[in-house]
This record gives sequence, structure tokens and C-alpha cells, in this order.
Amino acid sequence: MTLVASDTENSSAKPTQGVSLNALPQGQEKRDMANETIALQVRDLDLYYGDKRALNKINMDIPQNRVTAFIGPSGCGKSTLLRCFNRMNDLVDGCRIEGKILLDDNNIYDRNVEVADLRRRVGMVFQKPNPFPKSIYENVAYGLRIQGVKKKRVLDETVEWALRSAALWDEVKDRLHESALGMSGGQQQRLVIARTVAVKPEVLLLDEPASALDPISTLKIEELIHELKNDFTIVIVTHNMQQAARVSDYTAFMYMGDLIEHGATDTLFTTPSKKQTEDYITGRYG
Amino acid sequence: MKLSVSEWFKSGAPWVWLTGAAVAINVIMVVGLLLLIAVRGLGHFWPHPIIEASYFERDGSRQIIAGEIADSAEAPAEQLRGAGIEVADGVDSVTRLLLKVGNRDVYGSDFRWVLEDKLADIQHPGQLFVAERREWGNFYGYLRELKQGGVLVGQVDGRDERAYERLWADLEQRIERALDIHAQIARIEKHDIGAINYDIERLRLRERALQLKDELDAAAQADIAAERDQLAADYKVLENRLVELYGLISRDALVAEVAGGRTLEIPLKNIVHAYRPNTMSLLEKIGFYFGKIWEFMTDEPREANTEGGVFPAIFGTVLMVILMSILVTPFGVVAAVYLREYAKQGPLTRLIRIAVNNLAGVPSIVYGVFGLGFFIYFLGSNIDQLFFPEALPAPTFGTPGLMWASITLALLTVPVVIVATEEGLARIPRSVREGSLALGATKAETLWKVVLPMASPAMMTGVILAIARAAGEVAPLMLVGVVKLAPSLPLDGNYPFLHLDQKFMHLGFHIYDVGFQSPNVEAARPLVYATALLLVAVIALLNLSAVAIRNRLREKYKALEH
Repeated sequence: MTLVASDTENSSAKPTQGVSLNALPQGQEKRDMANETIALQVRDLDLYYGDKRALNKINMDIPQNRVTAFIGPSGCGKSTLLRCFNRMNDLVDGCRIEGKILLDDNNIYDRNVEVADLRRRVGMVFQKPNPFPKSIYENVAYGLRIQGVKKKRVLDETVEWALRSAALWDEVKDRLHESALGMSGGQQQRLVIARTVAVKPEVLLLDEPASALDPISTLKIEELIHELKNDFTIVIVTHNMQQAARVSDYTAFMYMGDLIEHGATDTLFTTPSKKQTEDYITGRYG
Repeated sequence: MKLSVSEWFKSGAPWVWLTGAAVAINVIMVVGLLLLIAVRGLGHFWPHPIIEASYFERDGSRQIIAGEIADSAEAPAEQLRGAGIEVADGVDSVTRLLLKVGNRDVYGSDFRWVLEDKLADIQHPGQLFVAERREWGNFYGYLRELKQGGVLVGQVDGRDERAYERLWADLEQRIERALDIHAQIARIEKHDIGAINYDIERLRLRERALQLKDELDAAAQADIAAERDQLAADYKVLENRLVELYGLISRDALVAEVAGGRTLEIPLKNIVHAYRPNTMSLLEKIGFYFGKIWEFMTDEPREANTEGGVFPAIFGTVLMVILMSILVTPFGVVAAVYLREYAKQGPLTRLIRIAVNNLAGVPSIVYGVFGLGFFIYFLGSNIDQLFFPEALPAPTFGTPGLMWASITLALLTVPVVIVATEEGLARIPRSVREGSLALGATKAETLWKVVLPMASPAMMTGVILAIARAAGEVAPLMLVGVVKLAPSLPLDGNYPFLHLDQKFMHLGFHIYDVGFQSPNVEAARPLVYATALLLVAVIALLNLSAVAIRNRLREKYKALEH
């Protein structure tokens, strides 16, 4: 309750277009990185697009079963960093990476790492819903079929479990075999989340998952993120600071390819340690 | 309200008019072309009335002529006077009629030009009949006698209307019977004896193959001899049946009088149709008309392609196009997938793309020459030496045939499929590919399960364009497998059913052959139009079915619209 009281004080003191601290997760215990199990470690990561350097010496830890949000102005490299975690940047011509990302103490950029295996462990949901032009069922079963699962019973069970996890089961259980392209945007995005969850990854990367959606769908996605963090480590990129404040436990602020500040969300939003962070979250630029 | 020219110009109206006019001209040209070939081609099958008239020859003598009016043209009076024909003063031109008089065995040619104003007493006698014959073309004349086994069974002189009708009815029945026997003979000769000949040939090849391998021992020889004896016995049975049928079909004959008084005996086995157009009602004419069109589409050609139908040509065209599509699709798609998905984009791929695009512009006859030189003479003769040595020196694949024609046309159309597929692949949104990769699919799995299905409508577009190009192509086919008359269809009941080594007929080449290689140009001309119309229809049908498939695929893989 003290938190709430200080919130009101704080927000009345700074009547800007920045974040209202009411948006912060209420009634939760204080997060402290020292108590967390670390899922992903980023060590001295540099990334170049051709000659242009897009990420500078990034060092950070992503805690397990927590939601970590990346915020920052457009072009600051937050999506690029996210795409490093499942090596999506390999697909970009002229992209070069130096440094390490450790998943279970193994560098995912090692030569002997199978990229497909890595991506099974580190799933990703994109900005725009991108369902395949197949039925709802086949969309969710896609990852399993790729892994060679053929038993109908296993497929059925996993599809149901994944759709329930994505809070979509009740809406689609009667039309599993209809095309996924007939769903609304919010449903499509939850379907994509279900599809990603179905392969049971360890880490879930969400790249602005709600930016193309209406407010109600956005709310549903955010509720979903709350549920999912019990099973997955979640990293989310968002340009919406309220959203970062609402859904995340930890927040990283990036600017021009640098990681400026990284810490517990309530700390970062209430008492940022860097001037740039404060300027950004109070809406002075970005 | 006054509008200045510059304002009118600025309003954009001239631009609209210009573009609209261009479209209108295109539409008019296409519709006009189709109308022309439709009218000229389809009119041919209508039972035209036959006229009988007296005609004043140039030397002043008078002659009775009969026939149907096939065409008319204006001849300048000047020219006629120069040719020594009297034309009244003050007349600029005279109408000339092309009469189809038939009776080539009597007059020497089927057609003659007559001057309209020299015709007198034009009548349409109901007793005048037309007989389509298996040789010598149409017959025009009056029925006089019917004979059975050389013995007279009926006779009329034309004055007694009812007696004529009775004899005509008798004739129709007898023609029916002859046609029935003819169909039996054709079935035995084409189908049963054809199969036996095919088996005998295969037996000979087997014997020769064993001989070449030095495995022709006594047991094998006895085996082959036994099979051959069996086939010979089968053949003997069929031959006896044929002799019997030939005896039956030759029983009847009619005697008819042509315009001018000469009489002629025609065996009924030579008659395909006999009808009296001047007495037919409209309904009968319509029935006759559709019957003729059906015959044109389903029958085999007769008399050096100037009569009968074009079924083998339709069949050959469609089969060749289908084989071509089956060959070209995987070929073009695989090449496009490599170029777009796997090859490193750079000067080399650009060069390859330029080469592919230029390949589409190479004149088709060049492909024909290439097909003949490389596929047939080089590949074909090597295949023969490796796989069909028993048939040598007669070539199996070392000669133009269906397979080589399809492959040559596949080569001709592969650039179209490559370009269309590449465009389709480029249009698949990156997000969908990433979605699949992010689930742990490899690039190949993503291609097979997501990208290629989504690009399938584009592939179909390529195939549609390929069909449109290949079905109308004639020049290269003349070198690699099309003939004016193929004795049998390349698809039949004899193992292995599809005979890729056989030569075949093609509508496009048929048009050329009938139109320009025919001994009887006047008779062939309407068939040229009819065949052209049919070719257009066949191509349209092939295209429409491909479009239908594409639309279904589009519906299924309706890409993410944003």
C-alpha cells in the first residue's frame, strides 16, 4: 500500500505524458535480480549490419520465469537484440555478430549449434500475426509435425493444451478445421502464441505482439503473458511504456544500440538511475 | 458553358478517351476474328439447298447443272470482256457464283464458277439427293435404281412421286445396314487386328532381343513359335470374319442419274450419308447440322483430310499439351526455387535471369531444330542403341514422336514457368517464412510446407501461360513429331497404353495441311476455318481449366492481405 501512496504522490508531482505508475503490477513482491535464476546471458554482444554497428557491447541477464521488457525509441536495436536470442538475424544479409549469448551455459552462436533446435527452445511471436494459410488445428500442430510427431492422440492433446494456454480454446474449439485466416487479428495473434507454445520452448520472445491489435485484444494478450510466465521465460519488445510497466518484471531501456539501464520494472520506472532513461519514460523524447 | 481546349486537355478526358479507344479496338479485333472463323467454319456444316438450273455456256450451248452455292464474288465486267465473255454495256460487274457440283468422278472437279446472269430456270427439286462418299467426294443426282447382288430390286423414273419416296426409304434402310457392317469391319481392322499386329511385332522384337543376347535356345524358340501360332490362328478367325463382312457390305448398289442425264452406279458400301436437303424441314436441318458437327469432332479424317472429322488431331493436341505441362511444371518450379531461395543473389544469378528471359524470345522453329538435332538424333538414337537394340535399324525413339514434341515444347515454355514461379516466391511475405523458421523448421521444411503451397497459384499462372503458348505452336512440331495422318492414336488399349514414341496429329498442323497441302482447296477451305475455331476452343478450354485450378488454389492459400 505504501507503493500506491507514493505512486499518487509521484504522478501528481510530475504531470507529464509519461507513465502513470498505477500501471505498475500491483501488490507484487519486489524483484531483485540477485535472487533470480538466469535463463539467458548476453556477453559483449556486438551486431553489425554491413559496416553499420547496430548493437554495442550488450551485457545482460534474462531471468527465468520472469517477463523482461525491452523499451526504447524506434531504431534503438531492441528488436534486433530480441532476434539475436533465436538467431533470426542469421536470415538478414550482411548481418554479423560478435560476442556470446549463453543458454544453459552454451553459446548459441557456437558453430556446432543446430539453429532449428535452438529455435525450438527459443520460440518467437512477431509484430504482425502471421498464421499459415492452413486450418487452426494445422497451425498449432505445425511445429509438432516438423518434429515428426505423427500420433493423432498426442497431436490432439497438445493442440488443445496450447490453445487453452493461449486462452483461445473456447473461441475456436468448434471450428478447429477452418482456415486460420478467417479469424480476427487478436485471435490470430493468440493463435500464433499457441502455435509457439505448442512446441514447448523454454524462452518465449514477443516482438511487439500487440502493436497491430485493438485495445481489447491487447488486454487479452497482456493477461496471457501473465499466465504464461509460470511456464516460460518471456522477453517482450514494446514501444508502449504502459504496457511494459503493466506486464514486465524487469525492464531494459535501450538507446542507439546501447543498453542504458536494466533492472526491476518498478525501480526503473520510479527511480531511474540514468538521465536518458528518465527523459524517455517521462516522455521528453522518443 | 464553354470549355477551352486546354481545360479539356487538363481535365484528363482525352486520356480516358484514348485508353478507352485502345481497349475498344482490341475487343473489336478479337471478337471480329472469332466471328469470322466461327461463321465461315460453322456455316459449312449446314445442309445448304441444292439448285438445279440451265446454264448458257460460253459457246452458246445449254446445259443442266446442279449443286449447292458455296460462295459468291463480284467479277469486273472489264475482265470478263477481256476473257471473251459477252457482258451488256453499262454493267460494271457481274456476280459469279461458286457452285459445288460434286461428282468428281464425272466432271473431274467438285467446284465450278458460274455467272449468275447466265443461269436460268433455277429450281430446288425435292428428289435431288446428296451422297457423301468415302471416295470421289459428294455425289449430287437423282435416284433411279436399287440393286441387290447385281439384281434389280427397284426402279423409278422420277415422275411418280410416291414410288420415289418408297425407293428412297428402301435405300435409307440399306445404307443403314451397310454403315452397320462398315462399323464392324472398322472395329475388327483397327482394334482387333491392330492388337494382333502389335503383339506379333512385340514377339518379333522379343525374339530379336533374345538373339542379340545369345539366349535364344530351343525352349524360348518353341515358346515364341507357339505364341506366334496362336496369334496366327486368332488372325485367321478375324480374317475369315472380315471376308464374310466384305461380302455382305458389297451386296447393294444404287444407280443414279446426274444432272445432264448420265447414270452412275454407286456401291452402298461407299456411302457415308445420303440426304435430300431440299425436302428437309428446319428441325431436320438443325438435327443434321449438329450431327455433322459431332461427326467433325469425333470422326477420323477421310480423303486426304478434306472430309470427315479431326478427332485424332484434337486428341493429339490435348495429350501433347498435358504431357508438356507435366514435364514443364516440376522443371520450371525447381529452377525457380533454386534461383530465388538458394542461389546467392549476384551478377551470376542476374545473368541467368537475363538468359532465361531471352530464351523465351527465341523463335520457336529454332527449338524445333534443336529438338530434332539434339533430342531425336543424339539422345533418341542413343536410347535406341541402349534400350531398343532389337528394333534396329528401325528407330524407336530416334525418330520424331510424341515424347520429343512434348519435351521440345516444355523447353520452349520453361522460361515462362520460371519467371512466374519466381515472382510468386518473391511475393510470399517474409513474416510467414519467419513464423515457420521460428518454430524450428529448417529452410527446406519451410519451403515444402509453407512457401511452395502458397506460391502454387503463381506456378499455375506460369503453367497457364505455358499452355497458351504451347498449344498454338506448330513450327517446331513439324520437325519433332507431328504428321498429317497418324494411323493410330498414341493412347490405346495395347500395353504400355501410352505410346510416347508414336507420331501424332495436331490441330495447328492440321490447319496448315488442309489449307495449303490439300489437292482440293475449295472443299478444304471451310474445314480450315472450322479447325481453327476448334483449335481456339481447345486452347480456351485447356486454359479455363487451368484458371479454375488456380482460382481454387488462390482461395485455399489466400495470402495474408496486408
